[in-house]
Amino acid sequence: MKVRAQIGMVLNLDKCIGCHTCSVTCKNVWTSRDGVEYAWFNNVETKPGTGYPTDWENQARWNGGWQRTKSGKLQPKQGGKWRILANIFANPDLPEIDDYYEPFDFDYDHLKSAPEVEAFPTARPRSKITGERMEKIEKGPNWDEILGGEFSKRSADYNFEGIQKEIYGEYENTFMMYLPRLCEHCLNPACAASCPSGAIYKREEDGIVLIDQEKCRGWRMCVSGCPYKKVYYNWSTGKSEKCTLCYPRIESGNPTVCSETCVGRIRYLGVMLYDADKIEEAANVAETTDLYDAQLGVFLDPNDPSVIEAARRDGVPEDWIKAAKESPIWKMAMDWKVAFPLHPEYRTLPMVWYIPPLSPIQNAAEAGAIGMNGAMPDVRNLRIPLRYLANMLTAGDEAPVATALERMLAMRAYMRSKTVEGVIDEGIAERVGLNGAMIEDMYKIMALADYEDRFVIPTTHREQVEEAYDLRGGCGFTDSNGCSTGMSKGSLFGGSKKPLKMPEEVR
Amino acid sequence: MNNFFFGIYPYIALGVGIMGTIARYERDPFTWKSSSSQLLRRKQLVIGSVLFHIGVLVIFLGHFVGLLTPIWVFDAIGVSHGAKQILAVVAGGIAGVIALTGGAMLFHRRWTDPRIRKTSSFWDIAILAMLLMQLVLGIGTIFVSLGHLDGHEMVKFMSWAQGVFTFDGAAASYVSDVSIIFKLHLILGLTIILVFPFTRLVHMISAPVRYLWRPGYQVVRSRRKTAE
Repeated sequence: MKVRAQIGMVLNLDKCIGCHTCSVTCKNVWTSRDGVEYAWFNNVETKPGTGYPTDWENQARWNGGWQRTKSGKLQPKQGGKWRILANIFANPDLPEIDDYYEPFDFDYDHLKSAPEVEAFPTARPRSKITGERMEKIEKGPNWDEILGGEFSKRSADYNFEGIQKEIYGEYENTFMMYLPRLCEHCLNPACAASCPSGAIYKREEDGIVLIDQEKCRGWRMCVSGCPYKKVYYNWSTGKSEKCTLCYPRIESGNPTVCSETCVGRIRYLGVMLYDADKIEEAANVAETTDLYDAQLGVFLDPNDPSVIEAARRDGVPEDWIKAAKESPIWKMAMDWKVAFPLHPEYRTLPMVWYIPPLSPIQNAAEAGAIGMNGAMPDVRNLRIPLRYLANMLTAGDEAPVATALERMLAMRAYMRSKTVEGVIDEGIAERVGLNGAMIEDMYKIMALADYEDRFVIPTTHREQVEEAYDLRGGCGFTDSNGCSTGMSKGSLFGGSKKPLKMPEEVR
Repeated sequence: MNNFFFGIYPYIALGVGIMGTIARYERDPFTWKSSSSQLLRRKQLVIGSVLFHIGVLVIFLGHFVGLLTPIWVFDAIGVSHGAKQILAVVAGGIAGVIALTGGAMLFHRRWTDPRIRKTSSFWDIAILAMLLMQLVLGIGTIFVSLGHLDGHEMVKFMSWAQGVFTFDGAAASYVSDVSIIFKLHLILGLTIILVFPFTRLVHMISAPVRYLWRPGYQVVRSRRKTAE
């Protein structure tokens, strides 16, 4: 057993209102620069829809993630090491910027600087790449928002796999949900595995996946390797960039910007302990529907004395073990089993999980034909097809998603009974395999969602590895080469040097 | 004049090339990159880039081995100068045409595609133009070479190149009487070495072959280890 800690995230889709505050605050902090105008480390998609970049979920097209070969070996779907190197001159699986969208701005200045003309002056779009006028904007970062466009287009959504989707094109049967997306900070990241330079790494202390900007050579294999298309090539600097999980904030115990600013309080951050020795085996189970369970098997119970002992042995700090015990992620993923990984079939063991959304009962059901399951409506009558959610969250296995939705309905029924009728109905809890105390806790964390309950983030112990004296007066976070003191320990041109202490590779 | 270009200039070019490369790697690693523009425009890149790189790699290896292997090695293994030259002309010719085709596609793309043109630096365009010119000159030398297939001209270049690396003061004299097209090819080649550190060409030094023997696929880094 090799115990490592990871900051995991859960998003409660049941409460997402699609306001894009997460995307905008993230954009302002991280990607309002040349070369990444088109990149959204966090974006919110309307589902069903083909998303951003278009059709990203369809790995038959993009070859992202991992595959289990016929001989049972796990390798990136875009190819093993030789294949990746062979494609280095031109990557056949790399999206073009038009698959995202051509970044643009508007001629706002023209509104006030235009000479007197008959027609009212307008602000016309201009490409951020060439600076030239764009006659028509063909695509944007959220092109199919709120079911924009025809059903024939959005029904190309990969999650309709195995569903008779035509009826969902009818107005009466249509359904919609939001899916905020960011880097998954996977346990088995395909981007890091695909990087020929070894510039992408996972941090041992907190599991954050980062790109070493000085080591990245722009071979762009990570962009095609990531099945979530969450690594972006900066066409200005020639380096790849990705969501950093706002590591400077996380290190000081603060939530990421997207989580901090989420008005719906849908985001949770907490510590998960996992067994690094089990990763490869878990990512390589034969059946894709077993991947969700396999990933649950990688997580370690922070209340188990033998796990605590092993964690201490492997250098997990005491406050991290304590945080793991209080982790909202652990509760939602393991205790209540209401949160699921996004597309586990990509075999990356993602660490940003989602609570599936409840949806209104179908009209037909309401009119009396409702399928009741005890006191509660049958989750199969919810407007969003169970199979659709299962395709997204459990590789198509409906049972765990059904249980999660039932538990969420049970939480409502239990709390309604308690607060409206003043009756504590343990039967509701028992029917979904929980007890009253657990439901009260679920209610506290998922419904009330206080700041302290959502974000349980221990600080990083940089004081143990860095000399504060050396950092004093240093430069903070900059773009490009502003802070670099060069590669070597000494100085090429004489004088002493206090190099930035980069984390070092471990086996 | 001959002494400057073939006796002194090689050391200027190599000196700037090597020192500049070290300094750039050391002081500004952030700029060390391949500068791929595939994201902005896939068209013409896939075929162009593959042809160009394969052609150039073959030519590069051919020049490296052909020029710097001591002449006695060829004599020892029984490869006659004539045979070596025919091999060089045929292999180099084919690779040259492949590289030139690919390079021309890349140059056309870089020059005419507004996305690529607008995002190109001066050196992005200049170095591609220099490489294309060098390919044209290189292919042009073949026609001169066909006039004397016994390999004695080629030996002059081998003596010169090896003379440069062994600090032979008379190196320049070995190539004093060769055709002007060879001389231009040599001068431009040295100039490419001279500007090498200031262009995107540096990416060839970091060809990521270590990937093949990197243990496993995953990379994990730790700060705890830094502290030890």
